[in-house]
Amino acid sequence: MLKRVTIALLCGMLGACGSGTSSTQITGAGSTFDNPFFSKAFFEYSNSHPNVTVNYQSIGSGGGIEQFIQRTVDFGASDVPMNAAELARANAAVIQIPVTLGGEVLSYNVPGVPNGLRLTPKAIAGIYLGKIRRWNDAELTSLNPSVHLPNISIVVAHRSEASGTTYIFTDYLASVSAEWKSRVGTGKSVSWPAPASVGGKGNEGVAGLIRNTPGAIGYIELAYALENSMAAATLQNRSGQWVACTQPAVRAAAASKPTVSAKKSFSIVNAAGAQSYPIAGYSWVMVYQKPSDPNRGKLIKAVLQWLIANQAQSIAGGLKYVPLPANVQASASRSLASMQT
Amino acid sequence: MSVRRLRAQTSSRVIDRVFIAVLLAAAIVFLAIIGGLAYSLVAGSSLSLRTFGAAFLWTSQWNPVTNQFGALPLIYGTIVSSLIAILLSGLFGVFAAVFLADFAPRPIARPLSFMIELLAAVPSVVFGLWGLFVLAPAMRNAIDPFLQKTLGFLPIFSGPSYGVGLLTAGVILALMIIPTVTALSRDVIATIPIDQREASMSLGATRWETMTKVVLPAARAGIFGAIILALGRALGETIATTMVIGNRPEISASLFAPSYTLASVIANEFTEATTDIYRNSLIELGLLLFIVSVMVNGAARLLIWSVFRRSVSAR
Repeated sequence: MLKRVTIALLCGMLGACGSGTSSTQITGAGSTFDNPFFSKAFFEYSNSHPNVTVNYQSIGSGGGIEQFIQRTVDFGASDVPMNAAELARANAAVIQIPVTLGGEVLSYNVPGVPNGLRLTPKAIAGIYLGKIRRWNDAELTSLNPSVHLPNISIVVAHRSEASGTTYIFTDYLASVSAEWKSRVGTGKSVSWPAPASVGGKGNEGVAGLIRNTPGAIGYIELAYALENSMAAATLQNRSGQWVACTQPAVRAAAASKPTVSAKKSFSIVNAAGAQSYPIAGYSWVMVYQKPSDPNRGKLIKAVLQWLIANQAQSIAGGLKYVPLPANVQASASRSLASMQT
Repeated sequence: MSVRRLRAQTSSRVIDRVFIAVLLAAAIVFLAIIGGLAYSLVAGSSLSLRTFGAAFLWTSQWNPVTNQFGALPLIYGTIVSSLIAILLSGLFGVFAAVFLADFAPRPIARPLSFMIELLAAVPSVVFGLWGLFVLAPAMRNAIDPFLQKTLGFLPIFSGPSYGVGLLTAGVILALMIIPTVTALSRDVIATIPIDQREASMSLGATRWETMTKVVLPAARAGIFGAIILALGRALGETIATTMVIGNRPEISASLFAPSYTLASVIANEFTEATTDIYRNSLIELGLLLFIVSVMVNGAARLLIWSVFRRSVSAR
């Protein structure tokens, strides 16, 4: 009797092992911004699809693109789409789809102004160019007549490490200020022109600088700012409306440009529309249109279709990312459908 | 001589030979590592070496957007932050070592030594976070204003303070390397024979005179060695520095101003360096860090050697 139970148990264990090894592992690498979303989403996916596990390495966008080009991963993820030179190196047709959205708040530490600071594109560019150097500058006081801005100097905080967050923010500055575009430009790390500027590592580094330095201002990812209830400025958008950085406002900015493309010229900063928040950007996933192993390709396609569909997008929303607008979901899904598997 | 003894002798000779060969191999491995490192750094930075030439050393622009790279502010930041660290940790570390070796009562010396060694095991990212959230505000609110008030006539203590900056980075580095300086110096001081101390005291010297005229001169070489070892850690430290130095590639007279170091730039930008010239320039920074470390080490050794020779000839 006991023997039979043991044998049954052993069979059960072997069976479990057997089904464990038969699951296919799909690998991805790239953006650190995507990591909390991907970790949770892919965990849920494996729960409902035990035949697939997704292993995502958050090594940074540039590293993700590099690994993707070397074909050491099934998909890459990046806050900035692959550029022409990188696509040429990949030497095969690549599909790039948006998978999630992020916004950036301008957080600040001005004694006596706990919230409600208003900033125009001109004021933001002036501050980051180093032209507006004190909080009681006429440009700022005229925008904020109801609060008392102190006579202290402005300390500009930025990310010290190369990051997609900096790319989106400098993209915004370049789109609202011709001077920024010609003097500084857009990039994952740039040469910051304001004399009183300091760099912090990661969102937490910039947030730390802002908290500890009276007079500081800096850009922080929306998700981090919401989780840590950071003070956020209300910005004037392209149509002249004052908008706070919220998930719906970022989503409105994205929805205003329904035709999404991975070209360098495409960006949703400074988007049109009364409700649109002006500093926002997509995060992208890239796959080869013709995967070397068609069976594997089918699984990758299914995972990514699931990732941009409603269930995964609501996971993203719960983690304070901005879920993709329906029209963007549809167009991303169409691009994915062109994968040849 | 019996056959057996002869055989034993030859076998022991063989063992010796094998032993020496193993030792030699171990030493050659180090040479190979250093050589390989230097080679790959030069090979990896060939494009930027060709493009910028020697101007890389004295130009100050670091602009990834326009692909203009110059390392001067980074070299400056690396050397100055390490110098501040060495001055502070050399002073306090040696004082602490003297206290622990010769003055502290045993029940205090043991736990205190243990705690100092514990400090060496704290990861640098913890130092960095502590520096950002505790030290930086303290520097901005208390220490920097105090220095400005008392020594503000010196350009190095003037100008606005943001909390993060060159001085804060130097202080964090000092805290990180003080265990090395203290623990090694204490061991060196403890090896000076007790007879020498007794002889000095019996001649009527005070404890201060015994320490400064007998013990410390004898332990000098070892203490310098400890400081050089610590300096190596300060020069190459990355995470803790980048969190508190402000990350601004600019040379400023004031120590309160933000600065940047070679190691921090590499850590911050390498993962996203997508153009060839950018990646090459970052590897060239690695090469410079390598050269700066070798030169600083060499200079320190030269200093010890000259001090040592003078003290010997004075006797």
